[in-house]
Amino acid sequence: MSNAAHKEPVAVVGIGQTKHVAARRDVSLAGLVREAARRALDDAELTWADIDAVVIGKAPDFFEGVMMPELYLADALGAVGKPVLRVHTAGSVGGSTALVATNLVAARVHRTVLTLAFEKQSESNAMWGLSLPIPFQQPLLAGAGGFFAPHVRAYMRRTGAPDTVGSLVAYKDRRNALKNPYAHLHEEDITLEKVQSSPMLWDPIRYSETCPSSDGACAMVLTDRAGAARSPRPAAWVHGGAMRSEPTLFAGKDFVSPQAGKDCAADVYRQAGLTDPRRQIDAVEMYVPFSWYEPMWLENLGFAEEGEGWKLTEAGVTALDGDLPVNPSGGVLSTNPIGASGMLRFAEAALQVRGQAGAHQVEGARRALGHAYGGGSQFFSMWLVGADSPAA
Amino acid sequence: MPEVPEVLTAPLVVEFPFTRSLGPVQSAFLTGLRERTVLGVTCQDGRVLVPPVEYDPVTAEELSDLVEVAPTGTVTTWAWNPGPRRGQPLRTPFAWVLVRLDGADSALLHALDAPGPDAVRTGMRVRIRWAAERTGAITDIACFEPSDDAPPATAPVPHDGEFADPVTGITAPARLDYTYAPGRAQSRYLRALADRRTVGERCPACRKVYVPPRGACPTCGVATDAQVEVGPRGTVTTFCIVNIKAKNLDIEVPYVYAHIALDGADLALHARIGGIPYDRVRMGLRVEPVWTEGGRFPDHYRPTGEPDADYDSYKELI
Repeated sequence: MSNAAHKEPVAVVGIGQTKHVAARRDVSLAGLVREAARRALDDAELTWADIDAVVIGKAPDFFEGVMMPELYLADALGAVGKPVLRVHTAGSVGGSTALVATNLVAARVHRTVLTLAFEKQSESNAMWGLSLPIPFQQPLLAGAGGFFAPHVRAYMRRTGAPDTVGSLVAYKDRRNALKNPYAHLHEEDITLEKVQSSPMLWDPIRYSETCPSSDGACAMVLTDRAGAARSPRPAAWVHGGAMRSEPTLFAGKDFVSPQAGKDCAADVYRQAGLTDPRRQIDAVEMYVPFSWYEPMWLENLGFAEEGEGWKLTEAGVTALDGDLPVNPSGGVLSTNPIGASGMLRFAEAALQVRGQAGAHQVEGARRALGHAYGGGSQFFSMWLVGADSPAA
Repeated sequence: MPEVPEVLTAPLVVEFPFTRSLGPVQSAFLTGLRERTVLGVTCQDGRVLVPPVEYDPVTAEELSDLVEVAPTGTVTTWAWNPGPRRGQPLRTPFAWVLVRLDGADSALLHALDAPGPDAVRTGMRVRIRWAAERTGAITDIACFEPSDDAPPATAPVPHDGEFADPVTGITAPARLDYTYAPGRAQSRYLRALADRRTVGERCPACRKVYVPPRGACPTCGVATDAQVEVGPRGTVTTFCIVNIKAKNLDIEVPYVYAHIALDGADLALHARIGGIPYDRVRMGLRVEPVWTEGGRFPDHYRPTGEPDADYDSYKELI
């Protein structure tokens, strides 16, 4: 049924994000999302009245303890009298939210949609929110790092990757973040040695190989062909988008390279008509909350054969000046407002093909992939954006 | 002899002191309450909203024109609350009321201290009873009380919202009380554990054995129907060494958090490894449970002394 020709082409014409920091004590939740939304509208040179619907996402309500925040945020997002939709897929939610908004335009339900995602981690405690004292269960875990570290070890065993690769990713991403004025961590004095000597938290994951806890929001304005024609700045065109999910735990689940992730990527490439993503994609913004997930996702997303992902990282292929730059923005490792992190990946991919990524621009980027995952590697969402309209 | 219920239940209380950064408008409103001053905000169409909002509900524009309204007002609607619960404004039965303060165009939700529902009516005049100790919170208004002698409506007065030592954030404690029930399959599993046996359940379609069982196979979507005892021995499939101490978790660090595939199980369960230095734990290590008196679960798993399992024997379980 999915025939691209029957869909309205979708363009990203406005992108806004906040300067991500550990704590934005000067703004309410409403003030935070408003800032990103306002910047996206300004980028598109549109007003609240030009928006037909709002699609919002964030991580579980329990992180900030505001139940259904979309209701309270409607005023701040100019959504009164318009449809507001909330999307909820754990850490991948920023990506899923953008895709729901995309589909509303593609299906010609709405012409111009504001989509945004946020997290104000300073008002919450995600580690606590993920480790509730469930009766009859043995309390063992220590946050997301404790959950993902065994899977990293499994990856190292399966591929024979040297244990230095994780530090290379963290060093690269933190260096890239220095070129991104919106990134949370700006570690001017970062060195590879500092990463390698940072404390081991959940062996094999070191402190410097983990993401920070951030307050931040990201917003995008998506529109149809007519809207794109009026856009004052270049559009990023959506060439493909997909979501897949699978259970958190099941017999046969491959935690290192989940089937849902492979299927999601394959669907996106098929929609975009790509046959060789490694060569046809110019930049990747992938969801890497722990550094080892870069080589793991390189394989899962089809950029490397199984067991070979770490070799791309080690050879510098994923560096900003490599031939497949990964996370030029600094990625989740440098900025993690959980609910917004997926949308930031999507938005940064769009900035690349619009040529508006500033100091972290990948020269001549024409096609970029945005990727998000969430839960226990159970939700995946991805889009491929291009500088050319899909019809061209 | 009392009948043993089939499904276990236990109380689960989830509580956390969330914080809220207020932003300029809510900061002025709550600081005002501390100073016995009720502030509203003027919208672009001239209406005065109390409590104030940051953004215009019609035009979405940012709002900042604050006004002071009276501590007296009119009940616009109400509901009697015969049984106050923990954390509510009054301990004795009271009326939930919406009060339009004099000078405001919208109503504020609060409690009205009244002897009974017969003493409450829409349109009645009320006034604020201030809390003796005020911190910059909605509870600085202890409640409303009837006030037949309240002066007539007054016009709002412009206010710059400036106060010494403004409140910029509040703590909002949240508490949820649940009765948690792990379900029939987990209850069976837990009962068997009490006899120091680990019992999984087999999917009739794919034949995989789930430990702990959840009553259904998530792949095939069918109920698991056969109980299968697994272990007690198993193989460490992967692990991490935890070096940070978790709050409320009485385990000394470093410790090894491992995935263990019990013999006969088709997916790994998670447990702590002991009885071996943490830096000598390895994938493939053969382990067995160590029970302590009265423990619901094995306290930890320890090496059996058998040769390590061959990687190929457990690589599909990672």
